[in-house]
Amino acid sequence: MSQSTSHSTAVVQVDQLSLDFNTPDGPVHALAGINLEITEGEFVSLIGPSGCGKTTLLRVIADLESHTAGDILVNGVSPEQARQDRAYGYVFQAPALYPWRTVRQNVLLPLEIMGVSRSEQRQRAARYLELVNLGGFENKYPWQLSGGMQQRVSIARALSVEPQLLLMDEPFGALDEITRDHLNEQLLQLWRKTGKTVVFVTHSIPEAVFLSTRVVVMSPRPGRVMDVIECSLPAQRSLDIRETPEFLALAHRVRQGLKAGHSYDDE
Amino acid sequence: MTRRWFEGFTGVPLMTGGFLALALLQEPAPAVSWLHIPGWGVSMTVGALAISLSLSVITNLGLTARHLIQLLSVVLGLSGVSELVHAQNIQGVAGAGFWFLVAALAFAIWDAMRQFSIATPSEPWRGVLYQLLVPGLFGAWFLMLWELITVGFGVPRVLLPPPSLVGDAIASSVPVLAADFRQTVVRAVVPGFVIGNLAGFAIALIADRVPFLRRGLLPVGNLVSAIPIVGIAPIMVMWFGFDWQSKAAVVVIMTFFPMLVNTIAGLGSSGAMELDLMRSVGANHWQAFARVRLPNALPYIFNALKINSALALIGAIVAEFFGTPIVGIGFRISTEAGRMNMEMVWAAIALAAVSGSLFYGLLAVAERRATFWHPSFRKLSGKRL
Amino acid sequence: MTMSEVSHGQGRLLPVLVVIMGLILIWYAGAVYLNSTQLIDRYDKRNVNWNLGQLATDAWRMERPVLPAPHQVGLELKKTVLDKRVSSKRSLVYHAGITLSSSLLGFCLGTLLGIGLAIGIVYVTTLDRSLMPWIIASQTVPILALAPMIIVVLGSIGITGLFPKSVISMYLCFFPVVVGMVKGLRSPEPMLLDQMHTYHANSMQVFFKLRLPSSIPFLFTSLKVAIALSVVGAIVAELPTGGQGGLGARLLTGSYYGQTTMIWAALIVASVVSALLVTAVGFCERIALYRLKGGQVVRA
Repeated sequence: MSQSTSHSTAVVQVDQLSLDFNTPDGPVHALAGINLEITEGEFVSLIGPSGCGKTTLLRVIADLESHTAGDILVNGVSPEQARQDRAYGYVFQAPALYPWRTVRQNVLLPLEIMGVSRSEQRQRAARYLELVNLGGFENKYPWQLSGGMQQRVSIARALSVEPQLLLMDEPFGALDEITRDHLNEQLLQLWRKTGKTVVFVTHSIPEAVFLSTRVVVMSPRPGRVMDVIECSLPAQRSLDIRETPEFLALAHRVRQGLKAGHSYDDE
Repeated sequence: MTRRWFEGFTGVPLMTGGFLALALLQEPAPAVSWLHIPGWGVSMTVGALAISLSLSVITNLGLTARHLIQLLSVVLGLSGVSELVHAQNIQGVAGAGFWFLVAALAFAIWDAMRQFSIATPSEPWRGVLYQLLVPGLFGAWFLMLWELITVGFGVPRVLLPPPSLVGDAIASSVPVLAADFRQTVVRAVVPGFVIGNLAGFAIALIADRVPFLRRGLLPVGNLVSAIPIVGIAPIMVMWFGFDWQSKAAVVVIMTFFPMLVNTIAGLGSSGAMELDLMRSVGANHWQAFARVRLPNALPYIFNALKINSALALIGAIVAEFFGTPIVGIGFRISTEAGRMNMEMVWAAIALAAVSGSLFYGLLAVAERRATFWHPSFRKLSGKRL
Repeated sequence: MTMSEVSHGQGRLLPVLVVIMGLILIWYAGAVYLNSTQLIDRYDKRNVNWNLGQLATDAWRMERPVLPAPHQVGLELKKTVLDKRVSSKRSLVYHAGITLSSSLLGFCLGTLLGIGLAIGIVYVTTLDRSLMPWIIASQTVPILALAPMIIVVLGSIGITGLFPKSVISMYLCFFPVVVGMVKGLRSPEPMLLDQMHTYHANSMQVFFKLRLPSSIPFLFTSLKVAIALSVVGAIVAELPTGGQGGLGARLLTGSYYGQTTMIWAALIVASVVSALLVTAVGFCERIALYRLKGGQVVRA
């Protein structure tokens, strides 16, 4: 990497990135030669079948895995440095809430660890819970909430760190489709309101196309990028857009990309 | 994995070196110089520490060679310090210099254990070897420390004899210990263990078919687990006489309830979905039992067996305190303690501990074979903090 | 309705009462059976014609029965618990107090030791690999069987009283605590640990905010086992200390003088002490879990 300062708007820069896992059955090429640049304010989805490395790529960005070859910069610095700067918020597949903490205390957790002042903590908790429409639920416990509400708490918690970058790993994967549609709409509004950069891992084609400005199609063995699709849907969109020809054409292209990777031949 | 000072690459050798330097600056015992100690003890120990230290400086060495040298230096150091402590002018009067040397050796051994525990060899046999080597080194160091403290400070043998003397006692009284083993383990523990567990299992099966009985037995069984059952030992001796029958009876009663409670809990641990599947294919009670409920209960049953293995030995030995023919581990302990012959007492204790560990080990192997599918035996991965 | 629902059915009181009634009946029958040899001998010597009814009544009121009947033990309990002053050496409450204090001290020491070792094992790889097998092996040493000897030896060098007895209880207690706490401290899912990693939390923060709260339920399960063991340890440790008192000393005195009623009474008081302690820990567990889960109703 030589031009880390020339693209000031590049939030994530991935260059020829590879990651091999050593397993008892020999090395597994989880990621091979990935190139990707994500600029500020983008909503990028990583889509592909299981084993294509989409979650692994997200974990490399978050410094939860270490790459074995190539380069990666997050906010112009190494992922480890970015993590230490608390440059991103991470939303996991499950809500990952602590049952012994109230909703507010859960949102406060990263702030306590960062050493944010008490008054600031309370302000931020109130602000972000309001943002995910959970004002008034501060003193409930996570297990008193529905699955969708729990995942919204988890999003508020990731936002409370006030990162430029939001990393989301199939956050709605475990929810039913009706809840998921609802949350997709809410997430889109949130993204428009806050202008955060979002990297979103999913295995649902409609979800990826509906949410994203760009969809990165990945395929397994080895994990690599098959296609990058620009989505130029209007900024103001509702779920109805999924019946329009433009939407269907985009979804079709994503499906073609997935097929080209022979990704559904043998699981 | 985060690294701490006592695990760091430089910290441990630094401590070894520091304590070695401190040791050599002091006298190993009052008015004794390092040069006036007979035998090879000093040179062996210091040599071993020097090898261990030089390993942290030399970097261009294969991992196998490195581990081998490290192991050899530990063995050399342990035998050296053991020879050293038995030297005439050290025994019983060991001073600051000597104990600093022991501290240096402790850090050298810690370093070796650390190297072996973080090593991830690709060959499976070496993985197993390392897994045994680390606790093996710890055990060897524990025994050596015991030896060093008892000999170095001249602890009275009545209070705590050094392991070497206990070893001598074991070696010179094998027939006596073998007879004790036969009396206590073969004739009392094994039959009592088998009968107690079978009875517990059988009653659990009945309780499983009769929900009313199960609801009554489970709380009572749990209550009994809080009762010091060993206390019935004198009663059993009164009822069944001095010989092994009374000990076996104590073992039966001690092992019965853990097996009962665990089996009932285990048989109730099958998931509703698994049982509904059995029902949907029209399985009868025993078919569902053999295919779903018994396998699910196995981890619980093995848990009870492992708890019982320790309880059984305790029960038999305690019962021997209340009356016994002139043979048995408990008899040996109480009579030799009365004669203040502590080497023999510890020999009997060692016999009991080894029997118990073997018993437990066999059960653990059987458990691993029988319940290999259980999550506790599957390896987890993931970044740990 | 599924099988598991049946097993958690309501109304435990009646079945428990029936089982206890059954046990008492077996006890009465056993008393007749076990005491019969002695009695029949006596009848034969005096040429008395006897029937089962007379055998039973005699068996249930012997001076020195092989197995005393429940009501005889009950009378002994009334005599030694209710009728004696608490400070009297003949009061079982006095002896229970001695046993209680040494088992509580041992329980506290053992719990502290167990928690400390567990933290070491979870955080230091070398300790995990080297110590864990020996901790398991330590419990195959029949410490209870050695307890009397340890007490005698320690006594011979002038260490007497509460402490040596507590050491035995401690040795028994620390094991379940280590095992439970290691399990508990390792219980957070990898996802929660990853999350802490993304917050760039340090080891202390991970310990106090995640690992420790996660381990509380495991800790209490272990404590319930440990406190029962601590009573067992104290009683066995008291066996050779006849002069100092304690329930264990009463057991030994009873067995020397063939006073079976005395043994049974001591055993029953020991069981009650033990059950009360386990209940007390269970109560603390409910409070702790209630606070941990923020008011969620938890069934122990």
